[in-house]
Amino acid sequence: MGSKTYGTFVVETNDEGFMTNFQQWNKDIAAAIAKQEGIAELTAPHWKVIDYMQKESAAKGSAPSIRAMTKSGVVGTKEFYDLFPGGPAKKAAKIAGLKKPVGCV
Amino acid sequence: MKKILILGGGTAGTMMANHIAKKIPAREASITVVDRDPWHYYQPGFLFIPFGMYTKEQVKKEKKRFLPKRAEFVQSEVAAIEAAKNRVKLADGKTLEYDYLVIATGCKIAPEETPGMTDGWRKSVFDFYTYEGSCALAEALRSFRGGKLVVHVNEMPIKCPVAPLEFAFLADAYFTKRKMRANVDITYVTPLPGAFTKPIASKAIGGLMNKKNIDLVTDFSAERIDAAKKELVCYDGRVVPFDLLVTIPTNMGASVIADSGMGDELNFVPTEKNSLRSKTFENVFIIGDATNVPASKAGAVAHFEAETLIKNLIRSMKGEELLQTFDGHANCFIETGFGKAILIDFNYDQEPLPGSFPLPVIGPMSLLKESVFNHLGKLAFEWMYWNVIIKAIPIPMIGARMSMTGKKIPATITGGENGIEDLRDVRR
Ligand SMILES: Cc1cc2nc3c(=O)[nH]c(=O)nc-3n(C[C@H](O)[C@H](O)[C@H](O)COP(=O)(O)OP(=O)(O)OC[C@H]3O[C@@H](n4cnc5c(N)ncnc54)[C@H](O)[C@@H]3O)c2cc1C
Repeated sequence: MGSKTYGTFVVETNDEGFMTNFQQWNKDIAAAIAKQEGIAELTAPHWKVIDYMQKESAAKGSAPSIRAMTKSGVVGTKEFYDLFPGGPAKKAAKIAGLKKPVGCV
Repeated sequence: MKKILILGGGTAGTMMANHIAKKIPAREASITVVDRDPWHYYQPGFLFIPFGMYTKEQVKKEKKRFLPKRAEFVQSEVAAIEAAKNRVKLADGKTLEYDYLVIATGCKIAPEETPGMTDGWRKSVFDFYTYEGSCALAEALRSFRGGKLVVHVNEMPIKCPVAPLEFAFLADAYFTKRKMRANVDITYVTPLPGAFTKPIASKAIGGLMNKKNIDLVTDFSAERIDAAKKELVCYDGRVVPFDLLVTIPTNMGASVIADSGMGDELNFVPTEKNSLRSKTFENVFIIGDATNVPASKAGAVAHFEAETLIKNLIRSMKGEELLQTFDGHANCFIETGFGKAILIDFNYDQEPLPGSFPLPVIGPMSLLKESVFNHLGKLAFEWMYWNVIIKAIPIPMIGARMSMTGKKIPATITGGENGIEDLRDVRR
């Protein structure tokens, strides 16, 4: 537990850089986290994913998995990987200010 | 007289039937267990069959032998769960009614989820998560002349998340013993960012892989498998070629869960993580691999779950409040080859740490570090499984809840070459 600087923002995070206080989240911080994760600009399709993830997380208590995302119809699997290269569910959750998706046990 | 119905007579279902028989008198409740399969398989043995360390016969015993005499065993496919009506439909059209339902239908591999995976199935693409797969792989390894062996995890979560790591370590030892290790490239491909799910263990195991000359490919999600070209293709365009692919396909809950509209996107049943009751139905409990709780899917975990579940079943029957005692406790051995193993112990909140695991009489076992003693522990697990675990006899000195005794929290996680030996430890 600690804090981390994203761009010009200092936010509370866990040791993997996931935000631990969603109250601190805003769109500029999201953009700063995205930059650090190698995504230069958050476009409309990125935001669609982020919005949906935040809604799901609020409803279910945890961020959705890759499979849950692609099953929802919000984004196709291939597109999800293209938008958030590497680990899409994990990366998108981080940018959305959410906890790391479970399923990693 | 209440009717308790258990769906699935594998590790968790058998264990629950025995707990109920011991703790709820026959005049108060009847026990019925439904399973399509008359055989009980010791699944941890599926890891050893491919290397000729276990025989096929050793892992397969008649289910009925392990169920309490009081329990009625119905050998049938469960076709649908009608939880709102407190009843279950069997494939032959029969209906079973219940007062309390325990779902223990486990999970299964779903190779059809990945395009191309079934094309080379049991020719160049193998699994060891089923009895048939494990036996077929024994043959394939025996006749393997060298080349690229790829051990692949398709998607998380999988049951026994350490088994593919163990497979890679045992393959290293197996080909070394056959004096052909130089002709075999071993690569481990995972969708995770490291060798294992939790950071400290991941560093330690990653270090061990490095030492054993096993290549690690991370953050790899297979879009498809090209069986003709013998390639794994990632969504991001990366390609991993193989001669022999040992894959852990996507793991999913039983189809009947989906058919009954009771599952999440992987057909696991939404379950309250500390009480093990269904999130939707008050008289339905879930145990073992069938749950969606964020704990490892392992027999040892089901054992700890059962201790909370039996108490909550009894409380539920008396109309009392449920205990919130299951903490995600997992305790497992990781075979690392050449007669050694690692032991890890963790729960929902605490990741696996180095240190020692206190076992009075037998003595401490080292955590997150290779030892011969841990390997003997793994072998002893088979005896424990048939004689203690599924019979619902408590394991002396190992509590259902995790203990911090003996565990060390590293000051800095450096990992690297020598794995856990590099960690500077600080006693809490
Ligand atoms: C290779 C391998 C190695 C492992 N190593 C370890 C280890 O070292 N330590 C450890 O603790 N765990 C290990 N495990 C995991 C362990 O075996 C499982 O977690 C455990 O068996 C889960 O028990 P369960 O009762 O939930 O499921 P299962 O034991 O799989 O039982 C589910 C049962 O439900 C039945 N069923 C399902 N659907 C239906 C239906 N519709 N109708 C009728 N019957 C149905 C099935 O026939 C089956 O008998 C390993 C697993 C594998 C594959």
